[in-house]
Amino acid sequence: MLILFLKSAVIAGTPLLFAILGAMFNERVGNLNLGIEGMMLLGAVAGFQAAIYSNNPFIALLFAMIFGSLGALIYAFLTVTLRTNQVVTGLTLTIFGTGLARFHGQKLMGMVLPEDFSRHFKPLSIPFLHEIPVLGPFLSIFLEQDLFVYLGFVSAILSGIYLFKTRPGLNLRAVGESTASADASGINVTLYKYIHILLGGALCGLGGAYLSLVYVPSWQENITSGRGWIAVALVIFTSWNPYKAIGGAILFGGLDILGFRIQSLNIPVNQYFLRMMPYLATIIVIIIGSIRKSSRHTPPKDLGNPYFREER
Amino acid sequence: MEKTVFVEMNNICKTFGVIRANRNINFRVNQGEIHALLGENGAGKSTLVNMLSGIYTPDAGSIEIYGKPVKIHSPRQAFELGIGMIHQHFKLIDVLTAAENILLSEKGSLFLSEKEALKKIQKVMENYGLLIDLSKKISDMSVSEKQTVEIIKVLYRGAKILILDEPTAVLTPQEIEKLFVILRNLAKGGCAVIIITHKLNEVMTISDRVTVLRQGETIATLDTQSTNYRELTELMVGKPVDLTIERLPSKKGNLMLEVKNLTVLGEHQVKVLDNVTFDLYGGEILGVAGVAGSGQKELCESIAGLYPVESGSIVFEDENIVGLNPREIIRKGISMSFIPEDRLGMGLIPSMDMVDNMLLKDYVNQPGIAIDRKPARQKAERVRKRLNIQTPGLSTPIRKLSGGNIQKVLLGREIDSNPRLLITAYPARGLDIGVSYNIYDLLQEQKQKGVGILYIGEDLDVLIELCDRIMVLCDGRITGIVESKSITKEGLGLLMAGESLTALEKEEHLCRL
Repeated sequence: MLILFLKSAVIAGTPLLFAILGAMFNERVGNLNLGIEGMMLLGAVAGFQAAIYSNNPFIALLFAMIFGSLGALIYAFLTVTLRTNQVVTGLTLTIFGTGLARFHGQKLMGMVLPEDFSRHFKPLSIPFLHEIPVLGPFLSIFLEQDLFVYLGFVSAILSGIYLFKTRPGLNLRAVGESTASADASGINVTLYKYIHILLGGALCGLGGAYLSLVYVPSWQENITSGRGWIAVALVIFTSWNPYKAIGGAILFGGLDILGFRIQSLNIPVNQYFLRMMPYLATIIVIIIGSIRKSSRHTPPKDLGNPYFREER
Repeated sequence: MEKTVFVEMNNICKTFGVIRANRNINFRVNQGEIHALLGENGAGKSTLVNMLSGIYTPDAGSIEIYGKPVKIHSPRQAFELGIGMIHQHFKLIDVLTAAENILLSEKGSLFLSEKEALKKIQKVMENYGLLIDLSKKISDMSVSEKQTVEIIKVLYRGAKILILDEPTAVLTPQEIEKLFVILRNLAKGGCAVIIITHKLNEVMTISDRVTVLRQGETIATLDTQSTNYRELTELMVGKPVDLTIERLPSKKGNLMLEVKNLTVLGEHQVKVLDNVTFDLYGGEILGVAGVAGSGQKELCESIAGLYPVESGSIVFEDENIVGLNPREIIRKGISMSFIPEDRLGMGLIPSMDMVDNMLLKDYVNQPGIAIDRKPARQKAERVRKRLNIQTPGLSTPIRKLSGGNIQKVLLGREIDSNPRLLITAYPARGLDIGVSYNIYDLLQEQKQKGVGILYIGEDLDVLIELCDRIMVLCDGRITGIVESKSITKEGLGLLMAGESLTALEKEEHLCRL
C-alpha cells in the first residue's frame, strides 16, 4: 500500500522535478524566471502534437524541449539583451505560453495517444527485484518506473555533477552570485545566461511533456494546473540544489496525489481541501524557507539584477 | 639599460553622457617599475585603467601593449594580454573558496581536478612569497586576505601588468606595509605595477614614477625621487594647498552629552560596546580613534537612536535619550552623518535628487499631506553653494555625483539643520586633499558656533590636529581619553591596540601637561 503510494508520488513528482531543475538553471545564472508555467505548457502542447503526428517518442520529446527553449529564448532576449524587468517578463511568458497552449490545444481536445506510442512509456518491470529482502520493494519505488521518470533522475544527477564538479558549472554559479565579478574574471556572462536559460526552458518543456504524454495522457486544458508556480517555490525549498530537488519533487508529488488516495480510503475529508494541499504546502514551505536563514540556504546573490558592464 | 615599454596609451578619450572622464590622456608604463597614478577623485584614474582591463572601451585614442597596438574589448582579452586588475571593490564571489575564485573562467578540462590546480596555485604563491588558505571561503576572509586572493588570481593567470585600484584604502598600516613588500617583489620579478591612489605618502614610499591626472587630463609624469609632496599636491589640486590644520580655539561650553556605562550587544550576543563612559562639551571636537569595527558604528547609532541599547544611559542636556526614536532625537538637535566603507552614504537615497534628499529630514515638519518643495530647493541651493558641490543640477539623482560630492551633500544637510550635537563618522573618507580640508574647516566653523562634535576618524594625523580631545576604542572598550595636544601618533596606535594609559606614560608616548 505504502509502496504503491510512494511509486505514484515519484510519478506525480516527475514533472515537478523537471520544472525545478529548469527554474534552478535560470536562477543559478541570476535570472528569476516566472515563466516556468508557460514554458511547461508550451512543451506539453508541442510534445503532444508531435507525438500525434510522428508516433515517435524521441521526436515528441525533442519538440517539447525545442518549444520550451523557444519560450526561454524570448525571455532571455528580453531580460539579458534588452535588460527588461525579469519579473514582468516572466509573467508575460507564462501568459503567452498559457494562451498559445490553449489556442492550439482546442484542436487536440479529446485526442488520445496511439497505443504503440504509449507503450514506450510503460513502467519497466525488473525481474527478481521483489525477491531482495527489505531493499527490494524500496528500490522498486524508483526502479519500476517508466523511462521518462528515469530521464528525470538522470537529469537531476547530471545537473548536480555539472554544477558542482565542472568548470562551466563553477563559472555559471559565479555568474549568479556576482555577475560583475564573473565578468571581470573573463567569463562570457551573456553567453552563460543564454545557454542556461535555454537549457532551463528545455527542461521545463520536458516537464510539461511528461504531463501530456505519460501522466494524463491526453490533452486537457491547463494541464499543468499551477505546477510551474509550485516549482518556482520549490527551487527555494530545495536550496538551488539538483540533488535536493529530487526529494522536493517526490514530496510534493505525494501531496498532489494525497487527495485521491484519501478519497479511495473513504475518509471523510473535504475534497477541495485535499486538492488545495500542494498549494497550501507551497506557502508553508516558503514561510519556513524565509525563517531558516542559514548561510547554506541563500539564493544566488545577483538573482533578479540586470547586468550592464559599463554602468557607473 | 633599455627599458621595455609595457603599456602605452595615447590620446585616450572617454565620455559618460555629458561627463568627459578622460581627455587626450597619455600614459606610459615600463617593465619592472611601480608606477603611481595620482589624482583627486573624479580625475579619471579608474576610468583610464578600466580601459586597460577591458571594462570600458575608449571613445578615441590608441593603446599599445608590449609595443603592439591592441583593442581590448573584454576582460577576457585583457587577461590574454597579461593585464590583471585588482579592483577597489573586490571582484570575488563570496560563497566560493579562494581556490575556486582563482580558477574561475580558466580554460581546461571539463572536470575540475582541484588537487592539480592547487599545486599550480601553490607554486605561484611560493614564487612571490604570498600566503593564504586556499580552501577558505571568501566570506570568512578579512579585507587584506581578499586582496591577497585577488593578487594570486591575476598572477596565476600569468599577468605581467598589474593594476591596483586604491589598494590601501581598506588596509591597516601594517597590512599596507605587507602589500608594498609584495608589490616590490612583483616589480623585481619583471612585472609592471600600476597603483592608483590619491595618498601622497604612498606615492612617495612605493612608486618609481608617478603620473598626475587632473580633471581627466594628464598633467605630468615625474620620477618620484626628483619630486616632493608640495609639488605633487600642486599638480594634483592645481593650486598650492596648505597641508596643516590649524586647530581653532573656541570657548568650551556646557556639558552637552554624557554617556554612562553604555553597553550594546552585536551578533551572537557579543558586547560591541562595553561599559563606555565619556562626556562631550559644547564647542569641542571629541575625536574617536580605533581600528575599524571597534564599535564606532554602534556608538554613533546608539546615540542617534538606531541601535538598541542593552544597558547604560545617554544623557543629552539633562535628559536620558535612551529609548527615544530617531525622529525625537533629531528634534532635540542631534544630527548624524555616517559615511560607510562603500561610501554610497547612509542617510541619503542614491536615486533621488538633492532636493528630495533634503526633504527626507524636513518633510515631517510641514503641515498637511502635500509636500512643498520650495524650502528644500532653497536649502539644496544653499548647501550646494556653501560646500561647492559639483553637480549638473539640483534635480540630478545624487548617485550620479562623485563620491566626494555625495559626502558633501550628506554633511551639508546635517550642518544646515543647525544641530546642537553633530556626530560625524569618516566625513573625509576617500576624499581628495582639497575637499577634505574644506570639510575640516566646516567642522571647525561649527565648533566655534558652540556645537558639540563627535568625530570618528581614521587618519591619526588629522585626529591629532583637528580634535580637542581623543577617545580611543579597542574592541568596544575605551582604552583612553586624552588631550590631543599631549599624545603622539605612536601613542594613539598603542591605545588602539589595547594598551592602557598607564603603560603609555612609562614609555613616554604621553607627555603630562
